[in-house]
Formats: sequence, C-alpha cells, structure tokens
Amino acid sequence: MFKGDFIKNLPKIYGTYTGGFLVFIILMAIAEQAGVSAKNIGVMFVAFTVCIYALIGYLSRTINVDAYYVAGRQVPTVFNGMATAADWMSGASFVALAGGVYFGGYTYMAFLVGWTGGYVLVATLMAPYLRKFGCYTVPDFIGTRYGGNLVRACSVFVLFIASFTYVTAQINATGTIASRALGIPFEAGVWVGLVSILICSMLGGMRAVTWTQVAQYIVLIIAYLIPVFWISSNVGGGIFPHLMLGDEVARLGELEQQFGLVKNSAADMKAAGVPGGLKYISGSHSGVPEGGMAVWKYLSLAICMMVGTASLPHILMRYFTTPSVRAARKSVAWSLFFIFLLYSSAPMLATLSKLALMDPNLPTGIIGKSISEVQSIEWVQRWSEVKQVFIADFNGDGILQLNEWFMRGDVVVLATPEVAGLPFVISGLVFAGGMAAAMSTADGLVLAISNALSHDIYYKIIDPKADTAKRLLVARVLLVIIGAAGAYIASFRLTSILGSVAWAFDFAMSGLFFPLVLGVWWKRATRQGAIAGIIAGIVSGTLYLTWVFPKFSVPMWGGVNTPFLGIDHLRFGLIGAPICLVVMVVVSLMTKEPSPSVQKMVDDTRIPTGKPILGKQ
Amino acid sequence: MSNKDAYWEKTKNHMLVTLALWAFFSLVVFMFGSELNTMSFLGYPLAYYMTAQGSLLAFVIILFWTANKQEKIDEEHGFSERGDD
Repeated sequence: MFKGDFIKNLPKIYGTYTGGFLVFIILMAIAEQAGVSAKNIGVMFVAFTVCIYALIGYLSRTINVDAYYVAGRQVPTVFNGMATAADWMSGASFVALAGGVYFGGYTYMAFLVGWTGGYVLVATLMAPYLRKFGCYTVPDFIGTRYGGNLVRACSVFVLFIASFTYVTAQINATGTIASRALGIPFEAGVWVGLVSILICSMLGGMRAVTWTQVAQYIVLIIAYLIPVFWISSNVGGGIFPHLMLGDEVARLGELEQQFGLVKNSAADMKAAGVPGGLKYISGSHSGVPEGGMAVWKYLSLAICMMVGTASLPHILMRYFTTPSVRAARKSVAWSLFFIFLLYSSAPMLATLSKLALMDPNLPTGIIGKSISEVQSIEWVQRWSEVKQVFIADFNGDGILQLNEWFMRGDVVVLATPEVAGLPFVISGLVFAGGMAAAMSTADGLVLAISNALSHDIYYKIIDPKADTAKRLLVARVLLVIIGAAGAYIASFRLTSILGSVAWAFDFAMSGLFFPLVLGVWWKRATRQGAIAGIIAGIVSGTLYLTWVFPKFSVPMWGGVNTPFLGIDHLRFGLIGAPICLVVMVVVSLMTKEPSPSVQKMVDDTRIPTGKPILGKQ
Repeated sequence: MSNKDAYWEKTKNHMLVTLALWAFFSLVVFMFGSELNTMSFLGYPLAYYMTAQGSLLAFVIILFWTANKQEKIDEEHGFSERGDD
C-alpha cells in the first residue's frame, strides 16, 4: 500500500480513509442508540483514531535519511497543506479558541488575524527560498548561509526555547483529553499521550509525521465542523452559520445591554470561592473598544503572532518536504485555506454557544433564570462537579446574572454540543478531534527539536563522519528524550510556570525572524551580525519578559512593573525582534562583507531553478 | 542588467505589493475598528466581520494570487520549474 505509486494513490487512500471514518461515526451513533454508554463511545473514538495513526506511523518507517528529515521531498502541495494545518492547529486551538472568542470578543480575535496573517510572511519571505536552499532543519539554513558552528548553535538554542515552551502545553493537552476520554488519571493520560505521539514519529521521522498529520487533519476538521453546523441549525442560526449569524451577533449586543456588562472585583470573586481559570463575560462580543491604546493592543498582539508564525521552525520545516519551490509557495496557500476552515468557524461557535446560554427566549438559556432552576440542569451539575462551571450569587437575588456565571474556556467546545441537545456521539467525535489536534502539533514540535539536535548539533558539529545508521539512531533516541522531558514537565503540571503558548511566538520572533529574512533578502548580512543579532534579540526579549511578568519580576526585579507602551508578557517579541534587527544590521555593516562564494550562494537561493545549495546530506 | 538581476528586481517589487496588501488587511483595517463597526456586511458589524472572517479570507486569496503571479515572473525569465506537483 505504501510502495510504488503511493504518491499518485494519495487521493484514493485518504478518500477511503475519510469514508471509513464517517462510517465509524455512523456505527457509533447506532451503538449509542443500542444503549452503549457515553463513556465507552468516548473510549472507542479515541482508541480507534489513535490506532489508525499508529498504523500509519508504522507503515511509514524508514532507514533513509532524506525520508526521515524531509519526507523524501515528495509531499504534494494539497497534502502538505493539510499536514501543515494539523501541525499548526494545536489542542489549544481546537478546544480553547472558541472559548477565547466567547470571553474576549473582538479584542481576543486579534489572535485569529495574527495566526492566519503570518502565512503571508511565510509565503513571501521564507518558504520558497528555504525550500530552494535544500536544508534539513531551520538552523541548517542559518548555519550554512552565515557559516560556522557558533551561529548554528545559537539558532538551535532559540529553536529549543521556542519549541519546548510550546510542546509541554501540547503534551499537557493530549494528557487532559486522553484522561477525560479514557477515564484515567491525568498523569497516566500524559504518558498515554506521549506513547501515541512517539509511535507516530519515531519509526518514520518526517515521513511518518506527514502522513499521520494528514489523517489527523481530516479527523479534526470533521470533528469541528459537524457540531458547528448542527448546533447552528438546532438553535435557529441557519444552515450556514458563517454567512447567516448577523442577526444573532446583533441580538447578543442587545442582550449585553439588557443584562449589563459588569466587572467583578477580585475580592468578591475570592470571597465567593470561584475556582481558578474560570472566567465570566465582561466585554462586548462584537463592539470595538474605544481609544488609541485599545487599537495599539489589538495591532501589537496581531503583529507578534504574525511575525512569530513566520519564525516557528516546526511550521517552516513543513515546506522543506514539497517536490519544488513552486509547490512550496502553493502549499502555503493551501495550508492557510485548511486553517481558515477551522478558524473562521471558531467565532461562529462562540456566537452560537453564547446565544444558547444568554437568550431567555431559547429553551437552553440560563442567564436571567432563577439559580436553583439552573443548578438542577443536568449538564450544569456534571460540569460543576469537575469545577468547570461555577455560580456565585453576588447580589443575593437568587437570579443568575451575566457576571455571576463562571465557566472554563474549553467548556465552549466540549459542552456546547450537549447544551444544544446533540447526541453524545458528537461529544465523542469532539474528543477524537481534540486528541488529533494536540497530537499532530506535539509530533511536529518534538520532531523539530530532536531533528535540530541530531542534525545540527550531533552530525554537523560533534561527529560529521557519523554513518546513516548512527545518525538515525541518535535522532530517535533524542526524540524519545525530548518527548519524555516534555511529558515529565507536563505530568507535574509545571506548565503554569512556563506561561502562555504565545511566548513561543515571541521567543521565535526575537531570535529567528530577522536572521532568516535577512539571510535571503540582504546579501550584506554577515556571520558576526547574525550571531550578535540572535543573542541580542533573545536575551533582550527574555529579560524584558522577566521584567514585565509579575511571577518573574517580583523575585528578580523586586516588584511589579507597568508594561512599557502596553507591551505586556504576550507581546515581548516587540522588544526582542527590533533589537535583533538593529544589532544585526549595525554589526554586519561594521564587519567585512561576506565572501563572493557566500554571495553566490544567496543569488542561487533566490532563483527557483537549478541545484539546491544543500542536497542529500 | 543581467536576467537574474531583472528577475530579482521584479520578485522584490512583487513581494512589496503582497506585503502592502497584507498590511492593509492585517493592520490598516483594524486601525479604524470603531469607525468600520458602524457599517455592516452580511448583517455583521464590519470590523467584527473582518476580524472573524474577512481578513482571514483575504489572506487566503492573497496567497493564491501571489503564488500564481510569482510563477508568471518565473516563466518570463526562464526560471520556471518543470514537474508534476
């Protein structure tokens, strides 16, 4: 099945797979009718899909270096687009994005623009040139273009910080979903998640990750879209929510007026015992906050996420796998198309879910009803038990007000199907989708880190004479170590000290964006400039983060500091990246211009045809 | 000017046009969020629509357009790749 004309047969193979998955969903629906318990349906959904990924991972095993690092450079554009979309959309995107929109409204949606707009930078500034270069990893490009082990090691260091920040959050998400779906403790869920991730990547490296990611994309997009369309028609939102929710958005505006957007004081919330991580609605859904600072906050967040996207190695390396430069460009467009399908649905799901809870005219509405009545609703009871929702009667009138209803963001995706009266089979499907999203991102990240360590540090710096078998062995050992380290940190729930996934974007943009862009677009950029720029960018960005983030600033700087120009801990890349640029340009101009052979290398990188700079290695 | 230089000149200009479009949909539009929200599109307030769907869709279209345009530039200068991708 995976030999000969495998590439030509891809549409058929994945078409059959999609059909098979749909049949499985129908079988589960029948099983539910026949009386199989909700818990067993959840277990079967997760177990079935994970076994399929493991099978794909096993069938894609390889002993070829080119296949291990870049999937043999034969992944067609559309399939690479799907794989990138799965690589990109994390467990957090899948379960938390709609929740973020639900609570944050317009202001939060800067993330949506940031996490999509970055692909325009990837396509115009990076992907086609890195593909032409023919590198195996992102530091491979930086190390070869600027020359020398030091610059290579510096870029591996930035890659490690950025990707590791991200990967613990993903393993954490895999563990959460596995533990809920399989009914096992969180710590065990983390290790189950890790084993699934390693089975998909260890034997076949990039090749295995590519073909499992395509399979995971198909599962996650089906799992996201079916509920959105179904809920929409159930709560009267119309059959095509994306085009038809204008009235619902306007209605939310009216309801916000009617109930009032009240801010709770921290003391009140503490006194009422609101569990940590639960939020309430205090901002407008579609209204734009007034004032220059609000505009700047929106734009600065979008800029950080866009520039960060274009610097994240696990995304850039997906475009090393296409057959040509032309295919790399097209593939970026397809990636964004597949991402768009989910991202444009998240605000619609948030709108529907909010309306279902807020509108007193709907049978599902709870705001404005008596608290005792709400507390007797089955789903409210179930989610209260696990501290995912909470009611605090601040004004003591016995009526649930908008600011008295607390909920965790994930609940929007995980519970809305139930609230809107969909059968449990849909909730099982959502578990499978969340698992696919978290696994596919974790796979890509773990592989990006271990490939950089095995190729750039071990093969290029420590032992350039190593043979193929030894290189692949080292790569696999590192993969297991990195995965285990991530799972170890996740299982101790230390992730809270690592902060937000947004940090990964800020780290990457601080240290990698300008060295990558200038490496292609500015021939005068020198090795010394790149080294100084990477170090200055990542050090200044990290120092600023410690200064602005209260958990770090109190012990390190002796107090809480007001963010400079509104640049808070989510936006520290706005300090690191400009410093990186200035230092890199100044030092480059102060040092001798690159040799003619390096300049010729840059010239060749810019032209799609001809031999790659680095071929098979 | 050699063919390579001419090719790079065109590619550079094309990059700048693409980034101008990108900046318009990712930044300029949201500088005028409150003004745009007084208008409506498909029944949605316009700024809300742009951040929820409009700009995202614009990026997808920009990417397909820019890839096709770049392929034409490749062809004009004889740097077009053959192959079935």
